[in-house]
Amino acid sequence: MEAHSSEVFVIGLTVFFLACIIGYYVVWSVTPALHSPLMGVTNAISSVIIVGAILAAGPQGFDTSKIFGLIGVVLASVNIFGGFLVTYRMLSMFKKKTKKTKEKE
Amino acid sequence: MVAILYLISALLFIFALRGLSHPESSRMGNIFGIIGMIIAVFTTLMFKSVLSYYEIWAAILIGGAIGSFIALRIEMTALPQLVAAFHSLVGLAAVFVAAAAFYDPVAFSIGKVGSIKTASLVEMSIGTFIGAITFSGSVLAFGKLQGTISGKPIVFKFQHLINALIFLIIIFLIILFVINQSPTIFWTIVIVSILLGFLVVIPIGGADMPVVVSMLNSYSGWAACGIGFTLSNNLLIITGALVGASGAILSYIMSKGMNRSIINVVLGGFGGEQDTSASKDNSDKIVKQGNAEDAAYIMKNADSVIIVPGYGMAVAQAQHALREMGDILKKEGIEVRYAIHPVAGRMPGHMNVLLAEANVPYEEVLELDEINHDFPMTEVSFVIGANDVTNPAAKTDETSPIFGMPILDVEKSQSVLFVKRSMATGYSGVDNELFYRDNTTMLFGDAKKMCEDIVKSLSA
Repeated sequence: MEAHSSEVFVIGLTVFFLACIIGYYVVWSVTPALHSPLMGVTNAISSVIIVGAILAAGPQGFDTSKIFGLIGVVLASVNIFGGFLVTYRMLSMFKKKTKKTKEKE
Repeated sequence: MVAILYLISALLFIFALRGLSHPESSRMGNIFGIIGMIIAVFTTLMFKSVLSYYEIWAAILIGGAIGSFIALRIEMTALPQLVAAFHSLVGLAAVFVAAAAFYDPVAFSIGKVGSIKTASLVEMSIGTFIGAITFSGSVLAFGKLQGTISGKPIVFKFQHLINALIFLIIIFLIILFVINQSPTIFWTIVIVSILLGFLVVIPIGGADMPVVVSMLNSYSGWAACGIGFTLSNNLLIITGALVGASGAILSYIMSKGMNRSIINVVLGGFGGEQDTSASKDNSDKIVKQGNAEDAAYIMKNADSVIIVPGYGMAVAQAQHALREMGDILKKEGIEVRYAIHPVAGRMPGHMNVLLAEANVPYEEVLELDEINHDFPMTEVSFVIGANDVTNPAAKTDETSPIFGMPILDVEKSQSVLFVKRSMATGYSGVDNELFYRDNTTMLFGDAKKMCEDIVKSLSA
């Protein structure tokens, strides 16, 4: 049991460091003009924590854990919808520009 | 199967960030992110242990409705506080998920009540700790950005010592929690971490907010990571690490834009104190003052104009009037471009979004290192709502608090127009010698009103 759980932890750690490295390179490639939308997107995807909240809210019946889970689902959903929508709004403004300039040209 | 679907979802999140490398690909990136999230949610709903669909869908709909309502209604100038508010929710959600795992470890297969695996307890408490700090820190940042709380840094004696002590107490509490798994200690960790979050953000002033907002962005990622480790969920770990890295890099870029270390920003207390001492010795110098007509005349007779927007433009909501002014100048055959300093505004990329909102083509909006060498060939620099980021003292005066900060070289252009509400110093409390130069004309007044007046004079 102990050996197994430490193995799981090491796998998690491997995934973690590799993801940090990917994140490092991907984020440096983001153009500074889009740093605000970047915050919007990262905010939305960090709410993937909803996965944990759904698991907690999953079982039938009502106990403390389920209530916490449901609150977690509500909070994360605010972020998911809010984050992606506000990013969409920001990006669509950048979009309009290109079209407009192209039309002018 | 579940693992593969989660992997697809994680990959889509990576593509979502990758898409932001260019405005053209960015919208597709956002769609990748949305698809990734939908896959993640539906995969989780397929779990055998997940039975209460109605409650969960109700929760998603309630949250989704609130989130959508806010996101569609928010003014673009209020983006920084919105982002701060959203970060606080991620932090709070992390705390609730950790609490749920603690009260019902069986649902997450990490042990039984009272005998949860040690590793899970450590991961859980770290996730809780970071989540709670993110929550309270973001709430305070929101208050400062919204203006409900003074943006001035609040400093008191032994501040850092107290924070360090609280941090040690939290570590001690986590050890205690791992040993006896008591709910009381769990909630004590939450409360003390919330307190620490407040104390960490309280000494940080308004214009350092880009760093704070990025830092909290980073924290919200690490909190998700902590929960990911607790649940041994790779999707959460990957996403958390992506977000954490993103926030960390943004904080680094922002503090570099001010020539300060992240530590220096975090320790806070910058600005505020120097206000009184700095501005005195220049009180007898002469300032050349102008009005909208002068400005219109100067710009109309130029070949090239570079506009330097700052936070003041956002406060006055002047971006639309400014774009109108730019359009008229362009019609006259004048080259109009915008120069953005990395720390202009209250969050990374703030100015770019506002200018985009006002329909300024993004090709005309340039970053500091792209445009700085063009100032000597430029006839007019139009500085609107910015101050410290143009102050040549950053290059010449070693005693200045902003010495070493990269600045936009507006002083190298033939003439400088400064739209400002008053002679007050900028955020750093440092007087700007540019105001007193012969080729500088000060345009006092509200930024929006000034732009509108210039537009009137130009079209007259």
